[in-house]
Amino acid sequence: MSETHRAILAIWRIEQPRLITSLARMLRDVPLAEDLTQESLLAALEHWPQQGVPEKPGAWLMATAKRQALDHLRRGAMLARKHVQVALDIEQQEQSMPDFDGALDDDIGDEMLRLIFTACHPLLSREARAALALRMICGLTTAEIARAFLLPESTIAQRITRAKRTLSDSGLGYETPRGAELSARLSSVLEVIYLIFNEGYTAARGDDWMRPQLCAEALRMGRALAAIAPREPEVHGLVSLMELNASRLAARTDAAGDPVLMADQDRTLWDQLQIRRGLQALTRAQELDGGAGFYVLQAAIIACHARAAKADATDWPRIASLYAHLAALAPSPVIALNRAVAVGMAEGPQAGLTMVDTLMREPALKTYHLLPSVRGDLLFKLGRYEDARIAFEAAAALTGNRREQEFLRRRAAACSIS
Amino acid sequence: MRVMYLVKSNHPGPPSPELGEAMGKLADREIKAGRMLENGGLMPLSAGAQVRIEDGKLSLIDGPFVEAKEVVGGFAIFELRDKDEAIAMAKEFMQLHKDLMPGWYGTCEIRFFATPPHPR
Repeated sequence: MSETHRAILAIWRIEQPRLITSLARMLRDVPLAEDLTQESLLAALEHWPQQGVPEKPGAWLMATAKRQALDHLRRGAMLARKHVQVALDIEQQEQSMPDFDGALDDDIGDEMLRLIFTACHPLLSREARAALALRMICGLTTAEIARAFLLPESTIAQRITRAKRTLSDSGLGYETPRGAELSARLSSVLEVIYLIFNEGYTAARGDDWMRPQLCAEALRMGRALAAIAPREPEVHGLVSLMELNASRLAARTDAAGDPVLMADQDRTLWDQLQIRRGLQALTRAQELDGGAGFYVLQAAIIACHARAAKADATDWPRIASLYAHLAALAPSPVIALNRAVAVGMAEGPQAGLTMVDTLMREPALKTYHLLPSVRGDLLFKLGRYEDARIAFEAAAALTGNRREQEFLRRRAAACSIS
Repeated sequence: MRVMYLVKSNHPGPPSPELGEAMGKLADREIKAGRMLENGGLMPLSAGAQVRIEDGKLSLIDGPFVEAKEVVGGFAIFELRDKDEAIAMAKEFMQLHKDLMPGWYGTCEIRFFATPPHPR
């Protein structure tokens, strides 16, 4: 890729959300606006390599995109020529064009909110929301999204096209929820941001232990949302959770790329600036609602780790108690398993194992590799090495991630030596 | 990647009102885009001081200071995707100075944090 080409894509990522929101204002349709902004990217890719990148590339892209939008409105008007009114409307629209920019400057938050809420509409599947958000809010190309999710480009392209059509067809392409509706719709947005983060953080499949770019994009969206909706505690909770988890990225794998358990991580590699930001976001969330929300509770748990300078300084009783609150708020077998780990640390491996054993019959965890993995760890600590080995082998057989598989096999092998 | 911008210039005073307003708008946009983490303008060097080590000795210089050609006047910390994005941001920022504060000369230095790179 040439230097100019890379420069164009960088500018594009910075400018695209603003282009979409501006066009959406003219067209009252976010998905259509997104389509038309793509034309201005193509125009830039065509002209800039020869003419050079303009002094104000953002203004150039905006002018080009607006021309596309006006052409579109005109074409629509031609088709409906009998409605004389349309022509008048367009004329007025053209005259009032400069106002779009003026209004936008004051209203950047509102417009971004509309964009985020449209991309993450609960009518769409989680996967479609994630793809659409990465495309419209983060300015990633279809190819980049496909690479991040380890899926064929055509699959992502189809996902995006279908999602946009669903929005346009159902007339949901231009709306901003407010007040109580905003809070209700927010969970659909937070869910997608966290899905994107976790997709990058845990890399469920393949060779990559993580795809840091997705974490970075999710964090950026979270910070943006916190800046434009600062009164929502769960937004700060999610930002805190992501900052605190991401602060360990450099310590989570060793030089060979193998995973390192939190207890064994070199804590000097934890990113202190990010931890501070995470703790600040947590405080803000707790000030707003007392810290009882789904994401705030999870952030509070991770904060216990972040605050511990050494692994054995971790406040496990507090973590166990936070997990109890979380399990009551959002009952789930996975949370129950995490709670068992915390109880195992706070009260000893036997207490943890008792809780884990009650989960062994849980159908939802039947193929979940972390259940036998946790069980193996507790059995190992109890000195039941043969049982532990069997559990680690079972866990290794269940995971699709090669590095995790090798890690679990090593733990199984260590049982035979012990 | 985390980047620090250091803005150095020959111009000791505050920005013109037009430039100040434009930079404020840009900062607002960048905070609401989730890219900018911190920023700040710095008082002139004469308001501060320097503690230096020379010939194995600590010394305090509390003015007067020798006029430097370019002095750091402001900074910002961003979280960005790559060097291309960092350059695009700096160009946009410096273009504002060129357009709105004639006679201003300076440098926007792009420096990446030395935090351990996230393994891939």
